[in-house]
Amino acid sequence: MSTRKKIALFIPCYVDQFYPKVGIATLELLEKLGCEVSYPIEQTCCGQPMANAGYEHDTMDTTKHFLKTFESYDYIVAPSGSCVLHIKEHTPEIPGKGKEQQAIKKKIFELTEFITDILQIKMLQGHFPHKVGFHASCHGHRGLRLGSCSERNEPYFSKAKSLLDHIQGLEWIALRRQDECCGFGGTFAVTEEALSVQMGKDRLEDHLTSGVEILTGGDMSCIMHLEGIARRNKNPLKFMHIAEILNQAIQ
Amino acid sequence: MSHPAKASEFLKDPDKAKWHDETLWFVRDKRDNSSKGIPEWEKLRGTASQIKDNVLANLDKYLLAFEEKAKANHIHVHWAKDAEEHNQIVLSILQKHKCKAIVKSKSILTEECHLNPFLEKHGVDVVDTDLGERIVQLLHQPPSHIVLPAIHLKKGEISDLFHEKLQTQKGNEDPEYLTHAARTHLREKFLAAKVAITGVNFAVAETGEFVVCTNEGNADMGVHLADVHIACMGIEKIIPRRKDLGVFLRLLARSATGQPITNYNSHFRSPSPGKELHVVLVDNGRTKQLAREKFKNSLKCIRCGACMNTCPIYRRSGGYSYGSVVPGPIGSILSPGLDIKKHSTLPFASTLCGSCSDVCPVKINIHEQLYEWRQEIAKNQGLNVKKLSMQIANGVFSVPFAYQMSGALLRGALKILPSSITYSGLNTWGKQRELPEVPQATFKNWYKKNKA
Repeated sequence: MSTRKKIALFIPCYVDQFYPKVGIATLELLEKLGCEVSYPIEQTCCGQPMANAGYEHDTMDTTKHFLKTFESYDYIVAPSGSCVLHIKEHTPEIPGKGKEQQAIKKKIFELTEFITDILQIKMLQGHFPHKVGFHASCHGHRGLRLGSCSERNEPYFSKAKSLLDHIQGLEWIALRRQDECCGFGGTFAVTEEALSVQMGKDRLEDHLTSGVEILTGGDMSCIMHLEGIARRNKNPLKFMHIAEILNQAIQ
Repeated sequence: MSHPAKASEFLKDPDKAKWHDETLWFVRDKRDNSSKGIPEWEKLRGTASQIKDNVLANLDKYLLAFEEKAKANHIHVHWAKDAEEHNQIVLSILQKHKCKAIVKSKSILTEECHLNPFLEKHGVDVVDTDLGERIVQLLHQPPSHIVLPAIHLKKGEISDLFHEKLQTQKGNEDPEYLTHAARTHLREKFLAAKVAITGVNFAVAETGEFVVCTNEGNADMGVHLADVHIACMGIEKIIPRRKDLGVFLRLLARSATGQPITNYNSHFRSPSPGKELHVVLVDNGRTKQLAREKFKNSLKCIRCGACMNTCPIYRRSGGYSYGSVVPGPIGSILSPGLDIKKHSTLPFASTLCGSCSDVCPVKINIHEQLYEWRQEIAKNQGLNVKKLSMQIANGVFSVPFAYQMSGALLRGALKILPSSITYSGLNTWGKQRELPEVPQATFKNWYKKNKA
């Protein structure tokens, strides 16, 4: 990556608050891959929780703030498909800022797609001797198309898998349902608590019966939900964001 | 009862809920395999979507063209602006023929219009002839799925029902045995009915004909034995040309059940000599939906049910949890247009996972419309927004976020929310889940210390 390009790190609010290690891993990983990355310190939330609850019209200030914080960068990279999708699809139109908003939608990327599509890195060398199950979070998967979707008639691909495939010792475990939702769904996790938990349990069972040791994914929100259920039920599973695995593997 | 309350009820029997999920997943899996046998599948979806876009943009013209051709084919064409008019039209035809017993093949439209109770009130015996529909009718239940009306019932339950109603052997759960009993029972009804009612899958503007798709042949059996055939259709069922069937029939059965083709695709164009054929064209809220820019393409639906089979919510909460005639994702974008207050929890009965949009054979952006209905519901003050807000407050914002509410970052986002949303004492998140462990410092603090 040319050092002239200005890359901003966007760390979603809940990652900032609960999973700083994921933010650190993302930053370190990008640096290892030769990027010069800044973290604009004024950043806050993207507004997704409010918008998905029906309050998109109330996220105008959040959206303006996001634009102001990030518009001067060439690329914005986030370890979350969900928040990236929100910026692309569900931010309200700011009067008089249409052009800038369109521009930001084109330069914001989820971490794995930034590595494969912008950095053009097709494989990573490293060592991580574990059985890994990948949770394809819906917003990244069906929203950003980070992988082929089981519903569609299209050739198989997975940006995450392409990055994990050449890591020595890492075993990608095939799941029975390769891209079913985990039931987090933001507000859904509490408005439909019973369903949300059942969906989470079903996802965990698929990983457990398939012999997964570490469940990974591109969105900590889903992982937070799944890990919360697994810990309550003492399921023998570990949880890591894909940035943590990659960062650790290519030490 | 709201969707969450009914879903919780459904999940109280975990074995049955699991069975329901697996049963419908099996159907979705068949659909996946079947669609992958067609190399041009995605193109076919695109074509179907475009045809339907064209239909919706020119609905008035196609409907009038259909009426003209149908009349030339000696079909009696009726127009009904709502369910009440539809029911009255059907009743008047029955009264004209002094008909007291009818057979009906599957029609979601007549469910939508609540035709059965209306006719029964007027002394008409209505028999649903689709096996699944007959089963739920004997139980006095509505269909729980638009293609698989009795999918919520297990063999044992049907065996008990048939033992009681059709005098089958107690405890005999053999599907073939039970089907034969149903067939014998239905034959008597077919032979006694002077009028047969069917739905319509596709009505062809170019020719004035229409097509009814069934797997059991029950529509044909009913129609051919009766003197009068009444076909009831929503006005969105129009397609321009007969050759468009080559697109839709390939998509419909594969999407619905994974079959390459529905067993019977019966074309009706004109009445047999001495018989009568009626078509009732029903609006019942469709033109209102057509006027809603963000939601109009929900009218492209061909009622295949694929979005129900793929929906992780539907599979784990059952059709009745939606409290609407059409359940599942498509129902959740159609129903609020009919009664936004009654159906206000439905657009939230989704994680917006997007699977529904990806299976939809006519490419309706279902999950995006769910999102848009949420915006409408939130704007529509005075509904149960506050209650919903409280539920939200119980969880995502209070827990986990409330635990970190002092975090300066979140305050920025949270101050724009109605205050009722942001704080609440109850911990819904933690009922069956642990909270994340709170780290010593936020990422921002770490960055300031180590990088800035």
